[in-house]
Amino acid sequence: MCVAVPGEILSVDGDVATVDFFGNRMRVSLGLVDAKIGDHVLVHAGCAIEVMRREQAEELLVLLAELDEVLAPEREGRVR
Amino acid sequence: MKQVMMVHGSGGTQTAGLISAIFARHLSNPVLDRMEDAAVLKVGGSCVFSTDSFVVDPIRFPGGDIGKLAVCGTVNDLLCMGATPRWLSAGFILEEGLPFDILDEIVCSMNAACVEAGVIIAAADTKVIEGNGGLFLNTTGIGMLGRRRPIRADGGRPGDAVIVSGQLGDHHACILSHRLGIRNGIRSDCAVLLPLVDALRSRRITVHAMRDITRGGLATVLNELCLSSRVRCRLEEVSIPVSSEVDAFCRILGLDPLYMGNEGKLLLFVPDNQSAQALRALHATESGRHAVRVGTLLAPDPQNVNRTRVVLHTRLGGERPVDSLSGEGLPRIC
Amino acid sequence: MTMREIIEDFRHWDGPDIRIMEVCGTHTAAILQGGIRSLLPKSITLLSGPGCPVCITPAAYIDKAVELAMREDCRLYSFGDMLKVKGSVRSLADAKAEGAHVRFLYSPLDLLEIAEKDPGHLHVFAAVGFETTAPVYAMLVKKAQESGLRNLKILTALRTILPALELILDSGDPVDAFLAPGHVSAIIGSDAYRSLAQRYNRPFTVAGFSPDHILLAIRQLAHAVREGRHDVCNLYPGAVHQEGNRKAQALLENVFEPGPSVWRGIGIIPESGLFLRESFTAFDAGSRGLDSDPPANPACRCTDVILGRIHPASCPMFGTVCTPQEAQGPCMVSDEGSCGIWYRFRGEI
Repeated sequence: MCVAVPGEILSVDGDVATVDFFGNRMRVSLGLVDAKIGDHVLVHAGCAIEVMRREQAEELLVLLAELDEVLAPEREGRVR
Repeated sequence: MKQVMMVHGSGGTQTAGLISAIFARHLSNPVLDRMEDAAVLKVGGSCVFSTDSFVVDPIRFPGGDIGKLAVCGTVNDLLCMGATPRWLSAGFILEEGLPFDILDEIVCSMNAACVEAGVIIAAADTKVIEGNGGLFLNTTGIGMLGRRRPIRADGGRPGDAVIVSGQLGDHHACILSHRLGIRNGIRSDCAVLLPLVDALRSRRITVHAMRDITRGGLATVLNELCLSSRVRCRLEEVSIPVSSEVDAFCRILGLDPLYMGNEGKLLLFVPDNQSAQALRALHATESGRHAVRVGTLLAPDPQNVNRTRVVLHTRLGGERPVDSLSGEGLPRIC
Repeated sequence: MTMREIIEDFRHWDGPDIRIMEVCGTHTAAILQGGIRSLLPKSITLLSGPGCPVCITPAAYIDKAVELAMREDCRLYSFGDMLKVKGSVRSLADAKAEGAHVRFLYSPLDLLEIAEKDPGHLHVFAAVGFETTAPVYAMLVKKAQESGLRNLKILTALRTILPALELILDSGDPVDAFLAPGHVSAIIGSDAYRSLAQRYNRPFTVAGFSPDHILLAIRQLAHAVREGRHDVCNLYPGAVHQEGNRKAQALLENVFEPGPSVWRGIGIIPESGLFLRESFTAFDAGSRGLDSDPPANPACRCTDVILGRIHPASCPMFGTVCTPQEAQGPCMVSDEGSCGIWYRFRGEI
């Protein structure tokens, strides 16, 4: 439906930023977010649509922990 | 006059001027220099013969240009058949407005690629059409087999190791980056594959089938070879070589590196017990340093010989069929 | 819990038949790329939902885009995957082959510079998409208005996802759980699914796009269904906030208004379209009333496929009359459509 990828803001010029995606640099509009240099933003069709929350960004470990939490009742049930 | 005009295609003085100023100067060799209607070649024994046209836009890109590409493309096709490339013809179609210095640069790099590949341009032609400074090129090549047998597409056997000579998608990503204004350090991998083929030959590797990975990417080329060889293939996703830059580029545009074209990468099938040796040979070359075994050929499914020929074993341990490219492989954004 | 344990758990999965709809086409693509289906037990079925803007765009819209593209004074732009979809007669790719000016762009915002540099032509972006892309068009129109550009317009086929999900849920009982679209959710927020989850007793999980994230989300949904929970779970917290992107929502509200719109193969869904508000009509290339969507073939069963009622291979035309090369319906048109996927993999997944 919507391809979007996170990249890091290298510089900001007005409401346009230069964003780096592992060596690929693009000019990205910041019109939809409040972001600054060093932030990671989720970019779709040339536009940052969200600032990534780094501490819980894409870390699988965090997700697995969350899933553990969500599934906690079931797990307890299983332990018996 | 600093650019190509319609008059340069008239066949008169201006055409002759263009030929001597650029084409004859860079591509000079005893066959071409005779400036006759056709070249006289001494062809003994079996030869292989191939043609390819080049319409890449932009005509100059990081890592090469249309001239180098036109030599590499045809030479690599000859090499993959197991032949030694000898002669090329070159047909230039120039659009009016093409600056002379750019044409000069392209013909010059064409010559450099010819030297590297050990071929000469034995015949050439130029036409000028209306347009906007573009350039199209056709090259046709002849390679000699000597006493070798040609390497055919149907030579793959169950158990063979499937090897690619380097990272996938560089050329395609480089060209697309330019068109979409994405800045990066991705360079086209456009290269003559002669050093790789020589390295394999000097170590006496038995190559069952071999092809350069161009349009349609590894997925398409591999499917074609598997179809001809009547085998299936199991690929390992973890070993598919893609640079982090090209990988990120593909993610931005929703593209799959398995379907991205290259212009200087080999796909080859070798017997399993020669796999390590073949990799050592490739690693010793500049453009083969990232060579890696990506999979194994399997016998066809006895229940259903038409079953998907290429299956990818994914990182997570799942499986997915890998088909040939269908459609244009355009970026997918939404 | 590790990924390996999750995969192992699925291997020994004991549960009822569960049908999970992945709403978003990019999830569909990622599920294919990751070979996710091969890791799931037979009792868990993944259905591809209506979240491919290219598949659900009606024929009349494509016809209008083709008509604009064929005009001498007009230049048409869109995303790459829009080019191959056929209208009632032609696709944009066909029109391009006949000399129309059609180009794909990565960002609609590039049109600002293009239109400014070439005042002699009208520059139109074929603006398809869902809530993720709609704010980008909103920004384009706002900026065009600010800089007084008169030769830039958009032809909209913008859709919102919630009314379509509601229709699917109203249509019967085919879907047990939803894998919610990650990037639409970044705009509308994970809370947007709460009302549907509660009213229809279905779990929703928002997920990112890497294969392991998707597998996690499927596990989460499968457990929820088995245990009769119907909560909204956000497994993409790095990008998706509960309340979504407020700034983008405000911009959408400012520029667009909701209205009934046609989804190819489904029909009219009330309030599911976004149209330029009156103050921006100068930038509309004629997007309203493009409702006609005659099925190319009356035997087409795409509606049932999209709504999860039948399996693609149950359609009598599947693989015979209807193939990706000669698609009869929207599900076969796009690589992300259910039928296209099943055709490509010939039921081997």
